[in-house]
Amino acid sequence: MPFLIDPEVASRVDRLELPFNKYGVDPYGARKDHIARVLTVFQFLYRHYFTIGVHGIEHVPRRGRAMLVGNHSGGVALDGAMVITSCFFELEPPRLAQGMAEKFMAKTPFMGLSATRMGQLTGLVETAEHLLNDDRMLMIFPEGARGTAKLYPERNSLVHFGSGFVRLAMKTKTPIIPFGFVGGGEAIPTIANSYTLGKLFGAPYVPITPWGVALPAPARLELTYSEPMTFEGTGTEEDEVIERYVEQVKQRIAGLIELGRKRRRKALAWPGSTDDDDPKLADEQAATKKEEPS
Amino acid sequence: MRILIPGIGGVLGQRVAKRLVEQGHEVIGIDRRPWHNAPEGIEIHNVDIRKRAAEDVFRKRRPQAVIHMATVTHLVERTEERFRINLGGTRAVFEHCRDWGVEHAIFVGRHTYYGAAADSPLYHKEEDPPMAVTTFPELSDLVAADLYACTALWRLPQLTTTVLRMVYTMGPTGHGTLATLLRGKRVPMVLGFAPLFHFMHEEDMTSAICLTLEKKLKGVYNVAGPQPVPLSVAIRGTGRSALPLPESVFRAALGRFGLPRLPPGALAHIKYPVVVDSSAFREATGFQHKIDEVQALSEFRDAFPLHD
Repeated sequence: MPFLIDPEVASRVDRLELPFNKYGVDPYGARKDHIARVLTVFQFLYRHYFTIGVHGIEHVPRRGRAMLVGNHSGGVALDGAMVITSCFFELEPPRLAQGMAEKFMAKTPFMGLSATRMGQLTGLVETAEHLLNDDRMLMIFPEGARGTAKLYPERNSLVHFGSGFVRLAMKTKTPIIPFGFVGGGEAIPTIANSYTLGKLFGAPYVPITPWGVALPAPARLELTYSEPMTFEGTGTEEDEVIERYVEQVKQRIAGLIELGRKRRRKALAWPGSTDDDDPKLADEQAATKKEEPS
Repeated sequence: MRILIPGIGGVLGQRVAKRLVEQGHEVIGIDRRPWHNAPEGIEIHNVDIRKRAAEDVFRKRRPQAVIHMATVTHLVERTEERFRINLGGTRAVFEHCRDWGVEHAIFVGRHTYYGAAADSPLYHKEEDPPMAVTTFPELSDLVAADLYACTALWRLPQLTTTVLRMVYTMGPTGHGTLATLLRGKRVPMVLGFAPLFHFMHEEDMTSAICLTLEKKLKGVYNVAGPQPVPLSVAIRGTGRSALPLPESVFRAALGRFGLPRLPPGALAHIKYPVVVDSSAFREATGFQHKIDEVQALSEFRDAFPLHD
């Protein structure tokens, strides 16, 4: 067995429908051995360290271009890691969600390299469009770095959404699969962001938690995917039109966050003291067809 | 067809010339460098492309097509002289094409035109701007020569102009920037970076140039073969071992300990990728590469084995 790679993860990596060459490298620089090594770690976090509820995974397409669009939750990209892991372990065949990383990462030794090897590329419209034209699945957080900068009390709110993702989805005729992520703010409760430390590391900021560093606590997380949204057009429409579509996606995500919060509250409540089978929640859960990870 | 190749003395120029002769074309070459053992049937003129004698070749021989490969890409030549050759030479070629009734001119450029930077996209399309002038100022003469050649598309409407932006060469001749980097036993890398390198086998490169001529292609095209691979993988694929150095050490060691004397801008090309999208070229010509990245690297390894 290759060093630090779980055999189950390795066999799933072999089933990824990506054009890896004889060296195990895809045309964007993702490497099979690296993906397997990272997902071996993510698997432990996903199955043992956190308690995670994943709902609506059937809405994620098995093949073809797609755009997973969701909220940031927590001071570091824990949300992205769990979305990648859920698509890798819950889908048959497994799929690799490819995030659009912050530009500072590419400049930082090892960080950009590790992200590229994992299929997570620098967030540029041209690269995103090329990936979609190759029928890849993108993972986009329209809040950007502003989203990960949310402090603990703001953890379940949404900040300003960029609009480029809607234009790109329309131009490339890509379905948007909104998702809501809850619990990241509890796992990494940011009490402050240090911009001075950020400058030191070449990052926009460094989140500070009650225990100092941004190491996540083993919290309960909720990840909810919803039905795909498609917007007809060319992506060259006026800002007002695009902003309306962005708002629709944002509202859908806000609803998914609310759904996740309710489920999280219910799961964490003492047995017998729950607000007994909220009928609204039951309806919503039926709509997203609950699917717990095995 | 009668074809004139300025820069015929280079490895690629010689290959293209031989292939064209095989195809039954009449080939004339211009180069300051001699080509010993040139096959019969190839007429060589040892003149500088910028001098009057070169124009005389155009005047007397009246070529129908010109494949311009007389550009200096290595950084050993002094910058000022490189500027003169690359810009002055390109200007002379296009002026002679205009004056002496050439029908088709092909400028063989480099994909490094786009430049390497942390925020440059993967898979550059032809319309992307030439960022090399900011990241690697020493390449600005090649960028300018490329742009000058592009102006022929609107300045000289009677001339069919093709500008090719070709990826690095890789193969048994050991020719080209990447092959030179991979020549030694230990290949220096910047610690924490392993960019994608886009290269193609010299045979495929020759085919791409000949196909451009055959199809009388007009416009600007990126030319690439197989998918790119990370520098670390290319190093292993050629049987070499990587020597990762922290950037500050790398910078200080340039020109010492057997490392080449590269300008600081070259470092960006060892840290970040330059990768191009060649779908437009493939669509226009039907070009398909025959040799994949694994075979190209192993042919280089076999041609340049390491001895203990």
